[in-house]
Amino acid sequence: MNRYPLWKYAVMLVALVIGLVYTLPNLYGEAPAVQVSSGKATVRLDATTLASVEAALAGNQIKPTAVTFDNSQNNANIRVRLTDTDTQLRVKDLLQKSLNSDPNDPQYIVALNLQSASPNWLTALRALPMYLGLDLRGGVHFLLQVDMAGALNKKLDSDASDVRTLLRDNNVRDGGVNRVNQSVVVNLADQATADAALKLLSRSVSELQWASQPNTGADGGVQLVGTFTPAVQRAVQDAALKQNITTLHNRVNELGVAEPVIQQQGTDRIVVELPGVQDTAKAKDIIGRTATLEARLADPVNTHPNPNDPVPPGDELFTQGNQVPVLLRKQVIFTGDRIIDASAGFDEHQRPSVNIRLDSAGGRAVRSVSRDNIGKPMAMVLFERGKGEVLTVATIQSELGDRFQITGQPTPQAATDLALLLRAGSLAAPMEIIEERTIGPSLGADNIKKGFHSVVWGFAAIAVFMIAYYMLFGVISMIGLSVNLLLLVAVLSMLQATLTLPGIAAIALALGMAIDANVLINERVREELRHGAPPQLAIQNGYEHAWATILDSNVTTLIAGLALLAFGSGPVRGFAMVHCIGILTSMFSAVFFSRGVVNFWYGGKKKLKSLSIGQVWRPQTAGAGAAYAGNSLGSDDDATDTAQAIAATKATAKANPKAGAKAAAGAQGRAKPTVRRRNAPGTPASSASTPEKPGSSR
Amino acid sequence: MEFFRFRKDIPFMQRALVFNAISLITFLAAVFFLVHRGLHLSVEFTGGTVIEVQYPGAVPLDPVRNTLGKLGYADAQVQNFGSSRDVLIRLPLKTGYTSAQQSEQVMGALKADTPEVQLQRVEFVGPQVGKELATDGLLALACVVVGIVIYLSFRFEWKYAVAGVIANLHDVVIILGFFAFFQWEFSLSVLAAVLAVLGYSVNESVVIFDRIRETFRRERKMSVIEVINHAITSTMSRTIITHGCTQMMVLSMFLFGGPTLHYFALALTVGILFGIYSSVFVAAALAMWFGVKREDLLKEKKDRVDPNDPNAGAQV
Repeated sequence: MNRYPLWKYAVMLVALVIGLVYTLPNLYGEAPAVQVSSGKATVRLDATTLASVEAALAGNQIKPTAVTFDNSQNNANIRVRLTDTDTQLRVKDLLQKSLNSDPNDPQYIVALNLQSASPNWLTALRALPMYLGLDLRGGVHFLLQVDMAGALNKKLDSDASDVRTLLRDNNVRDGGVNRVNQSVVVNLADQATADAALKLLSRSVSELQWASQPNTGADGGVQLVGTFTPAVQRAVQDAALKQNITTLHNRVNELGVAEPVIQQQGTDRIVVELPGVQDTAKAKDIIGRTATLEARLADPVNTHPNPNDPVPPGDELFTQGNQVPVLLRKQVIFTGDRIIDASAGFDEHQRPSVNIRLDSAGGRAVRSVSRDNIGKPMAMVLFERGKGEVLTVATIQSELGDRFQITGQPTPQAATDLALLLRAGSLAAPMEIIEERTIGPSLGADNIKKGFHSVVWGFAAIAVFMIAYYMLFGVISMIGLSVNLLLLVAVLSMLQATLTLPGIAAIALALGMAIDANVLINERVREELRHGAPPQLAIQNGYEHAWATILDSNVTTLIAGLALLAFGSGPVRGFAMVHCIGILTSMFSAVFFSRGVVNFWYGGKKKLKSLSIGQVWRPQTAGAGAAYAGNSLGSDDDATDTAQAIAATKATAKANPKAGAKAAAGAQGRAKPTVRRRNAPGTPASSASTPEKPGSSR
Repeated sequence: MEFFRFRKDIPFMQRALVFNAISLITFLAAVFFLVHRGLHLSVEFTGGTVIEVQYPGAVPLDPVRNTLGKLGYADAQVQNFGSSRDVLIRLPLKTGYTSAQQSEQVMGALKADTPEVQLQRVEFVGPQVGKELATDGLLALACVVVGIVIYLSFRFEWKYAVAGVIANLHDVVIILGFFAFFQWEFSLSVLAAVLAVLGYSVNESVVIFDRIRETFRRERKMSVIEVINHAITSTMSRTIITHGCTQMMVLSMFLFGGPTLHYFALALTVGILFGIYSSVFVAAALAMWFGVKREDLLKEKKDRVDPNDPNAGAQV
């Protein structure tokens, strides 16, 4: 009895090892590191950058602990982990010099950073420390609301202008094309024109859904109303959000923040977290900056001047790519916020191209400028930190409208990059800061300490009580609780959850609540012993009976946790997540794991006389053993119950309760419950029925 | 050690009326204070700006208030936060100013008075966020209630489910009542605590219901009242020990967790105390009054066979 098969012990061991491995990185703390990231939207990190970083380090006899290249889409960076802060500063200066040839125009941002100090073999196992929330490390948090109506309106405005052009080109006379709220309304004189227009529009402006309705206004006639289909609307909103996130990334990179978090939240919100940044004003300024892309005409005579050429009046000197000088006119045709979309594609000759779509104002400007300048070069300039970088110079082939193509990109990849850069200059939809938090770094460290202390002291208090009260079973409960903590932290680390102060509170609370299962079990085992069950059976029945209760109570708690997870936001979500995971790990550790330890200790001992579970008090020892002996061992329904024992002893207890208790305490006072078989003196105690409880005899 | 030595079942249910009267009065008082005083909602719900600053030494609050008054923030709340060096300033939403402008303005003025003052934390919440939080909170509450009723109806019976949920909603209202009465700050983390208490205190009721079912099964001659009394008495030690342990953890949060966890821990403490009370006295009594019966829980498994089939039940 009470023996686990080998595989169950194996499961325990595996859980323990996994728990330890994934918890470990959190204990190592952080080591100084130097981070290299792209300083400009036009500069990409790649293997050559990595090689030059390594070469620079090797050239100065600096041995880094690790050099990692994280080539993520939005925030590629190279990190050099070092042993101490002195080397860190040296390496920073060194890389600064070797990577950025021109200190006034840095290509790369070299920043001091902290990196997990866990050994490489842990990192190789993807065992990474939990990410600390802003309230624990200090920094700025913004919640931005994206104005989706704005994004849709921008698109609708451009559609309206498309419709206007289309109708004019096809000689359909309209009485005005307007954007009304979230639709494009075309006024037409009669039904016949409307039919013709509808056919035309349904074919050519297919992203809108067209419907005709009689014009209720003074002019009469027919109206065509174009609205977005839900699918298109969703696509537009998605694209707008993605573009805003990309743009934010590019802007935030300028701040040189080590690990910025820029995430979508819900359908129309973006969270920006900048750890370590204290200057909110500057951060907000950069985040909320307006368009940085400009389209200008290039100087048609001397587009790429020699370095020593004088800059003619009305021109401005820019550089393109590898410091190639370009002369551009000062006059701006349109700015980046006029760009609605820029995407990579192919032109009719299957050459890679970038398709640009402008809003109506941008379209008008391009049309009038391009009409007069066919055959002359036009350039796109991206401004970063006040310095312009020419992205492309292309020759105007014909009169352009609000949709045009730029060709001449060598590869589709280059076209994609260019499209991204063109989009990066602007926000697809206006944004508004609706929540902002700044947490000072000292407050963050303080919060970690406070959270840690609450968990430790609470844990210690529970441990002292449990061990004093339940002896060995208390120790086993605490082992279970420790395993619970271990697994909880391990799972959170595996999920790469962000640890916040409410999260730590949830860990503490999860532990405080997880002890419930252990108390239930221990009390049940005691109860079984009280009724006279032999120790081995008491363990088995105690666990079995407690399990049903534990399951029910945990499921209800889990329901509450899941609801919180579904509807909570921000700190509540973090709390709920830890709470839910805590419930699951506690079921494992309190029931499966602690049973394993109990089995390991007591299992298979045939002549086990007692359990170390603290004193088991009995109303009176007499009768208990006998009552148990009368039952078939192990059958649930017939298991004895306190009531029987109470009934059996009522007479004595009532006559002299104190003496009875003393006698009982005296008999059992050694805190070692033993099961003795005795002949019960007052078997079916029907005569003992009390006046308050008529008919309770049995 | 054994703390709980009950020689016979304590007749809780005989006093059910008294307990429920107490609980009803507390509940009504809580509702009264909620309506009368309202909750002292944190900036997360109301919208506005909170600025936390730290001075090198203890600082009297009146000069700070005067400085703010000069800036036009006469209605700003200024209070100490945690220690006498830390000052918390709450500014209401002001149209035409962004939070950055507000906080810079305030910091500028404070720095002019005391150059050593340090900005610890700024929190700005727009007005639309607060509304959403409130609706989300209510939705979460509704989901918890529905979820628990369904689960308990499935595991036990609807009477237990309804009794349990009523008892625990009454806990939630009482916690809110405490926050209204003492004007403790009701923040997002307190909301999390309140919802956690809901799950936690249902859990307590479930343990008792579970015992009631078990006792029904085992003691076929006991009356309903006796069964409930017995169930409560025999789970009493577990109830006290478990909640004692949870409370130790909560107390540790209260003592060491600092101001951020202060109200969180308070909400949990109130929740735990009333959770015990309501599960033991209210939920069980309500279940009794709803008329729980042995038969409700012990549905005899009827043989689903055709009575006319001569081979029914034949097994080899």
